[in-house]
Amino acid sequence: MYLMSEGGHTIPVVAPLEAEGAYTLLWLVVALPLLGAAVLLVGGRRTDRWGHLLGTATALASFVLSVVLFVDLLGREESERQVAQRLWEWMEVGGFSVGMDLLYDPLSALFLLLITGVGTLIHVYSIGYMEHDPRRRRFFAYLNLFVAAMLTLVLAENYVVLFLGWEGVGLASYLLIGFWQHKPSAAAAAKKAFVINRVGDIGLSLAIALMFVTFGTTSFTQVSELTSGAGEGTLTALGLLLLLGACGKSAQVPLQAWLLDAMEGPTPVSALIHAATMVTAGVYLVVRSNFVYELAPHAQTVVVVVATVTLLWGAVIGCARDDIKKVLAGSTMSQIGYMMLAAGLGVYGYAFAIFHLITHGFFKANMFLGAGSVMHGMADDVDMRRYGALRKAMPVTFLTFAMGYLAIIGFPLFSGFWSKDKIIETALVESPVAGVCALVGAGVTGFYMTRLMLMTFFTDKRWKEGVHPHESPSVMTVPLIVLAALSVLGGILLLGDWIVGWLAPVVGEAPHHEPPVPVIVLTVLTVAVVAVGVAAAWFLVGRREVARTAPQDVSFAVRAARADLYGDAINDAVVVRPGRRLVTLLLGVDHRGADGLFTGGGSAVAGVGGLLRRVQNGFVRSYALSVLAGALIVVIALMVVNS
Amino acid sequence: MDSTTFVKPTLDYFHLWPILVVLGVAALGVVVEAFVPRARRFATQTVLALAGLVAALVGTVLVGLDLTEVGDGAARGLLTAGGTLVIDGPAVFLWGLVLIFAVGGVLLFAERRLEGGVSAFAGQAAALPGTEAERQAQGLDHTEVYPLMMFAVAGMMIFPTAGDLLTMFVALEVLSLPLYLLCGLARRRRLLSQEAAMKYFLLGAFSSGFFLYGVALVYGFAGSMDLAAIDQAVRADTGNHTLLAIGMGLLAVGLLFKVGAVPFQSWTPDVYQGAPTAVTAFMAAGTKIAAFGAILRLFYVGFGSDRWTWQPMLWVVAILTMVVGAVLAISQSDVKRMLAYSSIAHTGFLLTGVLGVQTSAELADGQVTSLQAILFYLTTYGFSMVAAFAIVTLVRDSGGEATAFDRWAGLGRRSPWVAGAFAFLLLSMAGIPLTGGFVGKWAVFTVAFSAGAWPVVLVAIFSSVVAIYFYVRHIRLMFFTAPTADSAAVVAPSLLTSATIAVGVLATVLLGIVPGPVLDLAGHAGEFIR
Repeated sequence: MYLMSEGGHTIPVVAPLEAEGAYTLLWLVVALPLLGAAVLLVGGRRTDRWGHLLGTATALASFVLSVVLFVDLLGREESERQVAQRLWEWMEVGGFSVGMDLLYDPLSALFLLLITGVGTLIHVYSIGYMEHDPRRRRFFAYLNLFVAAMLTLVLAENYVVLFLGWEGVGLASYLLIGFWQHKPSAAAAAKKAFVINRVGDIGLSLAIALMFVTFGTTSFTQVSELTSGAGEGTLTALGLLLLLGACGKSAQVPLQAWLLDAMEGPTPVSALIHAATMVTAGVYLVVRSNFVYELAPHAQTVVVVVATVTLLWGAVIGCARDDIKKVLAGSTMSQIGYMMLAAGLGVYGYAFAIFHLITHGFFKANMFLGAGSVMHGMADDVDMRRYGALRKAMPVTFLTFAMGYLAIIGFPLFSGFWSKDKIIETALVESPVAGVCALVGAGVTGFYMTRLMLMTFFTDKRWKEGVHPHESPSVMTVPLIVLAALSVLGGILLLGDWIVGWLAPVVGEAPHHEPPVPVIVLTVLTVAVVAVGVAAAWFLVGRREVARTAPQDVSFAVRAARADLYGDAINDAVVVRPGRRLVTLLLGVDHRGADGLFTGGGSAVAGVGGLLRRVQNGFVRSYALSVLAGALIVVIALMVVNS
Repeated sequence: MDSTTFVKPTLDYFHLWPILVVLGVAALGVVVEAFVPRARRFATQTVLALAGLVAALVGTVLVGLDLTEVGDGAARGLLTAGGTLVIDGPAVFLWGLVLIFAVGGVLLFAERRLEGGVSAFAGQAAALPGTEAERQAQGLDHTEVYPLMMFAVAGMMIFPTAGDLLTMFVALEVLSLPLYLLCGLARRRRLLSQEAAMKYFLLGAFSSGFFLYGVALVYGFAGSMDLAAIDQAVRADTGNHTLLAIGMGLLAVGLLFKVGAVPFQSWTPDVYQGAPTAVTAFMAAGTKIAAFGAILRLFYVGFGSDRWTWQPMLWVVAILTMVVGAVLAISQSDVKRMLAYSSIAHTGFLLTGVLGVQTSAELADGQVTSLQAILFYLTTYGFSMVAAFAIVTLVRDSGGEATAFDRWAGLGRRSPWVAGAFAFLLLSMAGIPLTGGFVGKWAVFTVAFSAGAWPVVLVAIFSSVVAIYFYVRHIRLMFFTAPTADSAAVVAPSLLTSATIAVGVLATVLLGIVPGPVLDLAGHAGEFIR
């Protein structure tokens, strides 16, 4: 069933069939990793010896199941590709009903493959990476917990279950960022991620509340039918609130500041959660809510603006950082900006947003794991100024990383080339300003990734004394090779516009727009811009000697970029300090207010010193005075209303 | 009614059975104190109290099944004792809650393993702290706590059942006086405990004065104490409306004091901290349930048709309560005080639910009513609070309970089960999905939202987010901070405390995953009888 939008194209309605056959096992996809997490957490030290194997096995089992379901779905008619399973009635009283419902459709099918597939590879890699960590079992428990929560998020059939997964991935992310809790920086980073994500969660919870009040339901099936009848104002508000939630989870401006700090977590976590899956949940939310955004063009415009700002913001940060993981984090921000941009372009871009999300999942996970492999060989140093010439010492890591590098800058025929090119092309047609920004961003991407490549694998040795780089064990390099292969070949999803047709039952089909200039011209232009960025890096980094410590006498622009464009300072000024002042104020009122109010007169007589006297809290008379004051206020308030 | 003749009220003994049993057991407990030898008092009192509570619970269930529909069928129940007691669905639901948490209270009161063979109550309350008399009373127990508690339970049951203002006032005193005493009976930290009792008593008496004056003014307006008659007078708008407004305000002061709403919250942290933790657990759950029952009955039945007068006031109080509770909890460094501020914040959320009142005409068919939402919220709140305070009693050092935050550092490493249970309860209080607290918050926010109180709901969501911060900070303290030499340890309790904690945690889990039955039950309770 389809609804018509104003633009003349169709917005599909979610109309799933009852789960049967293999689909009745859908719940197992979530339950397996959840069970793994439970066994590892409850089992305690008894499971230390085989805990990591169990964790990996449950993720693998989920992946196998996902593949089976995917193949089955491929064989179905397009109109039958949405399946829902009701696990149990969560809250049900009269019209107030929320079910523990799962929805399996082409969109969630792709996510399932990405999450369980990349998730399994990262589990395998972690066996090696965390080998010497005494708390490895716990690490695997958290990873499994994360996978289960993320699967809940993408399998949810209504916004409340989605919110459950949303909170779950937030919790797992918090636990994993702060995994090395003995480092104060890790603990602080975990806290920061948590707090900023709460801001986004306010948006999502308000959106759910608004949805419930407007439509009386939060189920995708029903909301997608009802949006066409709602007012545009409501839908715009809904879209903006959902966007706020998406900004928090996907590190989009202005809620971007946590992602760079989140790199304090173990590198497999950065690869899985903060590159491939969780941070893309915001994109998923926007694409999934297409039935809201299609009818709220103003909200879409805001999505495009936020995305464009973020893609440039992240790219600029990537240029200035010397910490290899933070460069990759800035790049992640920027790439998610591209996905958001595509999602904000509406029906023309949804499929490309998801396409880029998947290819990015491959090549960014690949590069993060590669960075982890480099750190593994460099005694956990992350400063690229102390790397250099690692291509000989770590050939496998170098080659696999290079595949990821070529993919992200959009080297022709690599996966990133197809996916990013499509976004830039669509943006140039639909929203030229954003398109030009995206084009510039592609050039900057070429610059900072080349810089990273050169500083790490080429140029001269700048190793610290006593560091002997070595290739990682095969349990770590095999996942790298698999991901590198996927980074190269990911583009085949676009063969014959397969992914566009595949996602059409979920996001609708766009009417064809002929770009003003031939597509090949745009492609050549993009490649040329990237080439300029790469060349700039070659001249600025590759041909010069890299200083072992970052030079301090730099321009304002570089300083701003090193400080993440003052994202923290802005947060501090806008949120933290006023918040702290509020707390101080309330504390002051609580301790002194009532007494101050009533003994103030007497104290004033005794002198100013008396006013400043510290009144010890806990005097029953001051409590009684506050009760009296409260009673007066209540009565006066009632009198005011009365009159 | 002709005021010159006295009509003997008819008592419906079957429906009054739960209250009568509790009162009877309380009186019997006093007799036990006088006649049973000291050695056997503990066993006698605990068994008596538990048996009485169970008998009352059974009675409550039977009464609940027996209620017949009144009027248009929205409410079920009957008036008895000359209209002074209104036994309707919500009242019976609240009885059930109070009795369940009273059972938990008795189990916690009777815990003797933690203190090495004696209860958590002072051996000789009259002995001055630090004197020879106190040392001599070391091995003794105050078994009077059980009858005191039963009196309080009876007061809590009558409070939301009261059909007129005088009965309500009497119930208020019956529930409060024993609690004042109980607060001062801690075995450890006697001075802190006595200070808490004193403060609670003085402030409680103060606020009762407001309540009583409010009763007088409302009587002046309506010419009756009876809630139904007050309702009619309000509808007819015959009297002096100013008198009504002031009276309403003063009644509100007395009730808002009991639930710990801002600006009447100042006693809460001190009393929660100073009282024996078992008493705090019982009081935090029981008093709030009873007092919210009374608030709902007074404002929905008595002043329901004049809600435009009192709603703005409650808007402000609810907003202040949530914000102050959540924000001040952040600056606490003592577990009991943190839970006290958390309970203040919960009061704010419950008041948000009170604002969700709508006439049945405004409600869509099957929509959750504010009454239903609040009853559900009280259920989840009670279970998690009782279990949380019960866990607080376990974390000890040689000086008794260790409630300072730094003593809890790294508790999760030493006692993962206890710390895990506590963490789960905190998550429920924070309202994380799949816990009872989430469904409760969801329910009260939705009813307030659909009644148009969206600014309050906005503040409520904001405060929930702030509140999550301090809950999670405590979880982090337990699990992600290395234990120091100073860290307290968990003492293994007897089955009594373990059972209370287990039931509380289990109920919180179940209310989060399958809240349907309890929500249905709360909905089935129906409306108040007008």
